[in-house]
Amino acid sequence: MHRVAITGIGAISAMGRTAEEFGRTLREGRSGIGPIQSADCSGLRFHNGAEVANYDHRPYFDDKHADFIDRFAQFAVIAAREAVAGAGIEWTPELREASAIITGSCVGGQSTEDAGFLNVYKLGINRVHPLTIPKTMANAGASHISMEFGITGPSYTVSTACSSASHAIGQAYWMVRSGAVPMAITGGSEAPFSFGILKAWEALRVVSPDTCRPFSKDRNGMVLGEGGAMLVLEPLEAARARGARIHAEIVGFGMSSDACHITQPSADGAAHAMRATLCDAHLAPEQIGYINAHGTGTRANDTTETSAIRTVFGAHAERLAVSSTKSMHGHALGAAGALEALAAILGLRDGFFPPTANYNEPDPECDLDVVPNCARAAQVEYALSNSFAFGGLNAVLAFRSF
Amino acid sequence: MSDELIQRVLAVIANTQRIPIEKLSVDSSFEELGIDSMDGVNILFALENEFDITIPDEAAKQIRNVRQMIEGVEKLLAGPAANAAPVTS
Repeated sequence: MHRVAITGIGAISAMGRTAEEFGRTLREGRSGIGPIQSADCSGLRFHNGAEVANYDHRPYFDDKHADFIDRFAQFAVIAAREAVAGAGIEWTPELREASAIITGSCVGGQSTEDAGFLNVYKLGINRVHPLTIPKTMANAGASHISMEFGITGPSYTVSTACSSASHAIGQAYWMVRSGAVPMAITGGSEAPFSFGILKAWEALRVVSPDTCRPFSKDRNGMVLGEGGAMLVLEPLEAARARGARIHAEIVGFGMSSDACHITQPSADGAAHAMRATLCDAHLAPEQIGYINAHGTGTRANDTTETSAIRTVFGAHAERLAVSSTKSMHGHALGAAGALEALAAILGLRDGFFPPTANYNEPDPECDLDVVPNCARAAQVEYALSNSFAFGGLNAVLAFRSF
Repeated sequence: MSDELIQRVLAVIANTQRIPIEKLSVDSSFEELGIDSMDGVNILFALENEFDITIPDEAAKQIRNVRQMIEGVEKLLAGPAANAAPVTS
């Protein structure tokens, strides 16, 4: 069993084009939510999202390369490039052959699929572009990362809705911890701003007409986000031996299934996943200082999550800081767990609690210290990152400051 | 509330919930009928299709029983002026 170090971080999101920019925005408590530009929202009841502002592939991919790779997979590659460069990996044939790539994505290349199906369903054009399938598949992110770096080891994609990236990171963590692989690139990416997907979210009646206010009494739903975040994981001793910068350690991973309802959250399932993570990390609840909450900003999630945290942490819940950074990067579905893991990692590394932005009013049913609106200087040793997906599939990660 | 409207709304609920229409009455609460939040959203979708109306999210959140649902549809059918008002009184 190895201790596992996070030696590379990369991110592109509504909070900036790099992980460090993400960190600065996080510290400033600045929300990336605004009017959706990349899809026509005229036929929608909501108009706000958390987009990568003014995104264009050209600084990252030449036109020919971009033709083959959907926006969601572009985000995966962009984040992976930053993480790998920052980690200062010295590639050898052996390392390329053994390293893992595990990514999360919920909806895959939906804009590509939408455009293709528009032809046959609406425009009377009985042809769909031959790249529709390879661009749409949820594993395209992992595939393009593997081609980018020539990595030929175990690579796959996890799709568990809003928990996808947390499940992916957890799997990668276990593989590095056990010695199955010497290094892993892991995280998630998503680009859900296609008209069809937006209509489907509208139908669920869970999207806020204005902004995402997790744990605030006047919260009125989630706001969709896009982006990607990737981590480089390797054994701590290897990272130390090569003098790599260690951002934090990953120390635990736990999962559970609600076995309850396809959309409604369950406090029991959430508590079960947090307990499983504490058990995996050999930690007592009292050792945790911060939780990056799933915190979607819906009525149901935030009260259920509060109740689950109180169940697991008891009196210690009063001393915990719990915030939802979805208030800033939106709900990026299959990328959410990766962006939120990064928020927890940066908070541990740089000594602050990321805030819950857009917070207006305490809710007696969400009566935790939610770090309202302003980041707070604080150095704690351990943090959790919660992901509770539609379908009741939960994943929780534990990190340690280094 | 006209009988015809009541019967159409009840039929939509019965079809969506896959329960016999006889089990429904104007006074049934969602709780009694075992209608949870996802079922509620499904029924609203079916009502929008049946009556060619758009039910606003804010109004939808207030609905807890069959009577409120029928009244809401009635108001929306009454015209655009009524659409702006909350579905429930």
